[in-house]
Amino acid sequence: MQPDLRLIENPLDRLARVLEGVLVVASRPLSLDELAEAAGEDPERVETALGLLAGRFREGRSGIVLEQVAGGWAFRAAREAAGACGRLFDRPVARGLSAAAMETLAVIAYLGPVSRPEIARLRGVAADSAVAGLVERGLVAEAGRAGEGGAVHYETTPLFERVFGLAGREELPDLDDVGADAGEIRARLESIAERRGA
Amino acid sequence: MTGIAVRDLPLDLDAFQGPFDLLLTLVLRDELELPDVEVAEIVVAFVERAADRDALDLAACGEFLVLVAALLELKARELFPGEEVVDLDPEEAADELAERLAAYRRVRAAAGWLEERLAGEGERWFRVGPPPVAPARAPVEVPAQDPAHLGAAIRRLAVEPPAPSLRHMGTFPPVSQFLSRFRAVLSRRGRFLFDREVARLSRVEQAVAFLALLELRKAGEVTITQLAPFEPISVCSPTSA
Repeated sequence: MQPDLRLIENPLDRLARVLEGVLVVASRPLSLDELAEAAGEDPERVETALGLLAGRFREGRSGIVLEQVAGGWAFRAAREAAGACGRLFDRPVARGLSAAAMETLAVIAYLGPVSRPEIARLRGVAADSAVAGLVERGLVAEAGRAGEGGAVHYETTPLFERVFGLAGREELPDLDDVGADAGEIRARLESIAERRGA
Repeated sequence: MTGIAVRDLPLDLDAFQGPFDLLLTLVLRDELELPDVEVAEIVVAFVERAADRDALDLAACGEFLVLVAALLELKARELFPGEEVVDLDPEEAADELAERLAAYRRVRAAAGWLEERLAGEGERWFRVGPPPVAPARAPVEVPAQDPAHLGAAIRRLAVEPPAPSLRHMGTFPPVSQFLSRFRAVLSRRGRFLFDREVARLSRVEQAVAFLALLELRKAGEVTITQLAPFEPISVCSPTSA
């Protein structure tokens, strides 16, 4: 039988197949540098090969999708397979996140590394149990202490970015765009006070 | 309208479930961590209860305000221990309140964005788990060894150790020997100084003599006195004491 010469002789295609194999084995996103080191290739060529793979493994064409997420590259199931995956598997990491946990996660995602007292100051409620729950889920992790003997700081993990489909924390919307400013709140407080005759 | 019983206000919080007065009791007894209590939820519960009434219950509102203010002050102290209490003028206080509320509003909005994002990513399925085993490390290079050296080392280790000496076992006199001796001395003199009685004996014999003395004490045959630690031990029979 005549071998497929195109597959065998194109070096970029061969590199793409190697990367595909490495990414299948990986259980976390792999950075460009990690992939380049594993393949023993130049990062620029690896990036080109990844582009080739992303074209092959995309929604509508394959059941497996290659995406840039959490600062690296990783495979995930195509969205059309989500129903079947949901019938067979569970996602305990993202299931049942309370409003308190979501607020705590937002503080850590935006301001991390941040300590529990700092989170409590912002939310007005102790953050101990919420932080402990997020650590247990693997969405946040300890990130050192503020000086020797200082409070433990926390930051979000690559798993957080993966669960929320973020290429990185820079994809989070600007905080100034999502909340009201102090001036507006002050005006509202004053108008309420005036109505009450305070 | 019937009054609102503040103490019976039912609460269903993350940290507590039950009537308001029980919550206060637990807080005062330090059996409930106040920083875990969402005071805003308590206020909402009261406001909802008040909204069910036809008219405002001023007495209940006043009582509730006093209790909630006290709770808030306690909670603030527990949340920020050791911080200086700075007296702010009303303008500064209003600015700080507005800034804190704005910061919290931004957090709430960010949490809302994350919640929406998570809901939108509900079809995201990927592999999670521990990473595959890392490649084996290169073996440590050990210089060439002479098997004869290893054999010699093992032979040295395999030599039968010397038998432990049991010589001291033979020098232990029986306790009964001293029992008889002390009884004889007591029957003659009625009392003796232990230290003087055993002064010429070896250390092992002195130890056995002391055991004999304890036996006599246990049996009630002697009374032992010692004025101070390391002072001579005086022994006498109960009849002559």
